[in-house]
Amino acid sequence: MIAKASSRRSFIKVAALASGALIVGVSRTPSAKANGKAKIEVWEPNLYVRIDPNGVTTIVSKNPEAGQGVKTAFPMVVAECLNVDWETVKVEQAPLDERYGRQAAGGSRGTPDGWDDLRIAGAAACFMLKSAAAKKWGVSKSECAAENGFIVHKASGKKLAYGDLVGLAAKEKPPEVDALELKSRPEEFKLLGKFVRGVDNKKIFTGQPLYGCDTRLDGMLYAVFQKCSVFGGRVRKANLKEIERLPGVRYAFVVEGGTSLRGLQGGVAIVAETWWEAESARKKLRVDWDADNANSTTSFEEQAARLAKQEGKTVREYGNVAKGFDKAHKVLEASYYYPFVSHANMEPQNCTAHFDRSSGKMTLWAPSQNPGSGRNLISRTLGIPQEKIHVNLTRMGGGFGRRLTPDFMVEVAAIAKEVKEPVQLQWTREDDMKHDFYRPAAWHHFKGGVDKSGRLVAWDHHFITFGNGKKPVAGANLSGKHYPSGLTPNFRLRQSMIPCQVPTGPWRSPGHSAYCWAFQSFFDELAESVSVDPLQFRLQLLEKAHGTAPLDLHRTRETLKLAAKTANWGRSLGEGRGLGMAFHFDHGGFTAHIAEVSGDSSGKVKVEKVYSAADVGPIINMSGADNQVEGCVIDALSTAHGEVTVNGGAVDQNNFDDYQLLRIGQAPDIETVYLQSDNRPAGLGEPPIAAATPAITNAIYAATGIRIRELPLSKAGVTIG
Amino acid sequence: MSQITLTINGESHTLDVPPDMPLLWALRDKLNLTGTKYSCGKGLCGTCTVLMNGNAMRSCTFPASGAVGMEITTIEGLDSEAQHPVQRAWQEVDVPQCGYCQGGQIMTTVSLLSRVENPDDEQIDAALNGNLCRCGTYKRIRKAVKLAAEYTSADKKGGSQ
Repeated sequence: MIAKASSRRSFIKVAALASGALIVGVSRTPSAKANGKAKIEVWEPNLYVRIDPNGVTTIVSKNPEAGQGVKTAFPMVVAECLNVDWETVKVEQAPLDERYGRQAAGGSRGTPDGWDDLRIAGAAACFMLKSAAAKKWGVSKSECAAENGFIVHKASGKKLAYGDLVGLAAKEKPPEVDALELKSRPEEFKLLGKFVRGVDNKKIFTGQPLYGCDTRLDGMLYAVFQKCSVFGGRVRKANLKEIERLPGVRYAFVVEGGTSLRGLQGGVAIVAETWWEAESARKKLRVDWDADNANSTTSFEEQAARLAKQEGKTVREYGNVAKGFDKAHKVLEASYYYPFVSHANMEPQNCTAHFDRSSGKMTLWAPSQNPGSGRNLISRTLGIPQEKIHVNLTRMGGGFGRRLTPDFMVEVAAIAKEVKEPVQLQWTREDDMKHDFYRPAAWHHFKGGVDKSGRLVAWDHHFITFGNGKKPVAGANLSGKHYPSGLTPNFRLRQSMIPCQVPTGPWRSPGHSAYCWAFQSFFDELAESVSVDPLQFRLQLLEKAHGTAPLDLHRTRETLKLAAKTANWGRSLGEGRGLGMAFHFDHGGFTAHIAEVSGDSSGKVKVEKVYSAADVGPIINMSGADNQVEGCVIDALSTAHGEVTVNGGAVDQNNFDDYQLLRIGQAPDIETVYLQSDNRPAGLGEPPIAAATPAITNAIYAATGIRIRELPLSKAGVTIG
Repeated sequence: MSQITLTINGESHTLDVPPDMPLLWALRDKLNLTGTKYSCGKGLCGTCTVLMNGNAMRSCTFPASGAVGMEITTIEGLDSEAQHPVQRAWQEVDVPQCGYCQGGQIMTTVSLLSRVENPDDEQIDAALNGNLCRCGTYKRIRKAVKLAAEYTSADKKGGSQ
């Protein structure tokens, strides 16, 4: 059965117009003459689809690829609705172009936002091919079907390849969205939901240029950019004359920065014939910095301890928390802390730019999750009109939210503006570690009351976070409507903020990936206080809403139950082995994990296996989906090791020796299961991470008796083998 | 600058390099062989792994001048159609997420399989312990290494018939 998109019809129209799904015939580019015949044109029914007369179908992927799999998944959606053979499809990366609407890799929004446009783009092109064939054959369109790159007329056995129809299809009017039948249910899909391999794999496996740092242009120079290690520091003077004379160095100059930590930071640019020469010259650079930033981890801790004794500002309160605690069978208090952490993309930040002085045009090759914000920042900072800034999107060696902030784009643009040649700015690992937009630390002071059966009857939570002025800094917010708000009759969330001059930003599932660990750990403590099973405690918590439900209770429960069933929750485990669980909902996705851990009270543990369940509606690419869930589990465990500390306004960590990532021998086996439905699809790049951390730490407790209330794991003496 | 001649992927290249330039930057900036990637610059992550006389080496810390006279193989030199058993296994399992570290993972695996025909989990973990993957593809890497071992022995059998 085909589900019509009737309920969202009016929205679809607007969205489609805004994002090019039905922009028609924008550029019908003539292709080469084939076999000496007359000029043949490529048919381009919309911004996403091109079919040439030889039948080659090109599908354009509009969003940046950071490893989340969008460059494979998006074209798959178009191909599904175009009814074309996936194996023959070519995929092309779009540049930044406002006709596509939002082009960003963030907030797991790609899939839900693109779902309508992509289906419309494929279905509309297919509709026009069908109309063209029906007219040619003089039959009714309803008698024609699209199959694997052909329009067929079953009754007569007639069949035409898409390539043979492009001339006629180009004369067809694009359909109204209402006329299109859009597949939405897993059982309707031929391609979606299958295990489909990445479209860039061959290039990756053969080392072909693909990533931002692989960009090579004629005459291109290489740059390093020395910023002050103290955040906000500015250059007073530097030994530029000496630097300019060093081997290979072509330019050395000061770039004046602004005052915002999110904008262009001042520093010294060294531009050379090879990157190594630029970097070698930097070792001889002497800069007199004007720096004034006393932020430190120690001072943050002192302020947090002081604030913990105060009431804080009430964010949300309902019921009567004091009375709730009075009536509770057990009341428990516990405090949780997690540190600042880094994104640590494997590909350090880099960007390539060329400023053409005669036309005033700036062209960039940007490994950016949000190229539009980079263009805005460049335009604002350097006074180049938006329309003169062209951004090509490259594949990224990891994103995780780091590349949403376009500091590296504005830096290279500022450097390119001063030199004639195209220039590639490449940060070192140390630059990357010291100039990240970190996931902020926080302190959570919980007080929870439960009745005899383990129902949460009262909840009081003091959240100590970072903020300047009235608002928390980027990535440091917690909504008063977040669970367990809405899941208990008596609730209060209080907030206190520490001023912060350390740059912070979105980090994979911002907020959630950090605080879910605190919530779900404390849930286990509450369950244990009345000897209730952690699964039963959570299912009771998710039984009914008090006021508006903070999440879909049914879908959350079902996801949790599926994880429990997959892990065979409740089975007996030997000494030194334990299971731990957690659930979460964010970015439209419902996830639950159960971790199995072995270890003992010495703190040496091994995460044996993680069972993961997810409900994100229909799965688009099974390979990509599994990859994201597995990646989130590993990321959670990896990041539980990480800690960024600050001293004198600068970050202490430098490289992978003092900021450790998980290694292969520490990685658990992971089994992933899905609840599929025709709910609107959500992305999977973010939702699975949040609950993975507490599932693991709860399992560590079950196996070893070590309750982890502070991260990194080393603070509790835990090491992962 | 000193002039050196390197044998890379079976071809001889003569180039001028600063005396301390690591092989990584000679490959990337002098020869435009960008398949070998930079990530840590300190030999801590394995992303820049190449083969030198068949052994996995970190090109980010190895001076180009020290590589004279050695057979250097980069990811570009495996098989341009991705038909090397390790490349085929990586494709079958669909290992990559961002893919940035995978060149290094593949080169380390090629070196491992040249020494150990059928590595078990422990041997795989030991060989690839120095290759970080921030995206967390470790489960698939393990699976692909085992599959590559199967492909390699199947190829050998096929070849001897």
